[in-house]
Amino acid sequence: MPPQRRINYTFLNMLIWIIRRDLLLAMRRQADVLTTLFFFIIVVSLFPLGVGPEMNTLRIMAPGVVWVAALLASMLSLGRIFSTDYLDGTLEQILLSPTSLSLLVLGKMFSHWLVTGVPLVLMAPVLGIQYDLPANALFVLTLSLLLGTPILSLIGAIGAALTLGLRGGGVLVSLLVLPLYIPVLIFGAGAVEASIAGLGFEAHFSLLGAFLLVSLVFAPWTTAASLRISVG
Amino acid sequence: MLQGSNLECIRGDRVLFSGINFSIKPGELMQVRGPNGSGKTSLLRMLCGLAVPNSGEIRWNSSNIRSLGEDYFNIVTYLGHLSGVKDDLTAIENLRITSALAGIEIDEKKASKVLQEMGLEGRETLLAKVLSQGQKRRVALARLLLARTKLWILDEPLTALDISAIELIKKILEQYLAQGGMVILTTHQEIDIAATATHQLYLS
Repeated sequence: MPPQRRINYTFLNMLIWIIRRDLLLAMRRQADVLTTLFFFIIVVSLFPLGVGPEMNTLRIMAPGVVWVAALLASMLSLGRIFSTDYLDGTLEQILLSPTSLSLLVLGKMFSHWLVTGVPLVLMAPVLGIQYDLPANALFVLTLSLLLGTPILSLIGAIGAALTLGLRGGGVLVSLLVLPLYIPVLIFGAGAVEASIAGLGFEAHFSLLGAFLLVSLVFAPWTTAASLRISVG
Repeated sequence: MLQGSNLECIRGDRVLFSGINFSIKPGELMQVRGPNGSGKTSLLRMLCGLAVPNSGEIRWNSSNIRSLGEDYFNIVTYLGHLSGVKDDLTAIENLRITSALAGIEIDEKKASKVLQEMGLEGRETLLAKVLSQGQKRRVALARLLLARTKLWILDEPLTALDISAIELIKKILEQYLAQGGMVILTTHQEIDIAATATHQLYLS
């Protein structure tokens, strides 16, 4: 049916517009993006220096440290998803768009992940070398972050939307979002631990994948509703 | 036709306004007046669907705007006192993106033509942060030249504009009203806009 196709086309167009806009803004303000990445690199690199060159200890710590650092780095950037748009009035325009708000929010979540999540995923194998991780564990670590960081962006956006415009929103957002991040941390780090121990890590990945799918379905919708409440 | 009946707005435990009734038809203009803090912006935000009135109903052609959902946003264009212009984007990018969000996709050529009409010739590719307040306002108002909506809700559209820009806006609004558009606006400046009927709504 031609009309149906046209609607889908404009939906996709809208998604591309909002992602392009956010990426363009991120490029013009690179300091914001680099803060997250540097935080991640510094935290992960400091641990081997602090603990000392004890290979066995480092290997055991690695998954937890890398995952906790990724979690905190992602949380550090949550405030920016909506706050700048809120302050200059573009969020009002987004809320008043005739396109589905959930779709636009999904676009914003995706670009947030591209800007903050993907650099972490790419850096992780390099940083993992400092912990003397074997090649297959590095691979599993990268893969677990690739599956896990989008969940962080999706869930984090709900918290960011709920705390929009509040004083002390930064603390509140961590309190709201951290409990939801914990399962991701457990199964993400668990997958790497399992692979170091020579066990199967497929179950962990299945669960991470399930989290990703569930949050992909519910997070945009919840975030859209939260934004309407926060701005209204 | 847009109708408001018995609208009430409460902020904290203070009633900003209550019992507001109005209706405007195609070609008509409504000016919302009142001192600072009388709830003009709150009223406009209700009318465009951003906020919900504490009591009362807003109807578009006799159906409640809440039930229209996103379809209502195809009807209305809202320009808040925050202009929605991104400092880190150029004037052209700003215009293209805000229009795309409103469902109108234009290319760069069209965008720069519209910006030139708004008196921003030679400023099209500058980042918005180097533009003056008035020029940013012009970028935001350029959207109106592209909008195909039936109702414009403008919150203080004339702030920071110079005389020639005010004349331009006046001309745009008059043309739009003559074509059967509806305009609701707040302003502290005296502006005489020709319309089939001009309603004044006083909030105190």
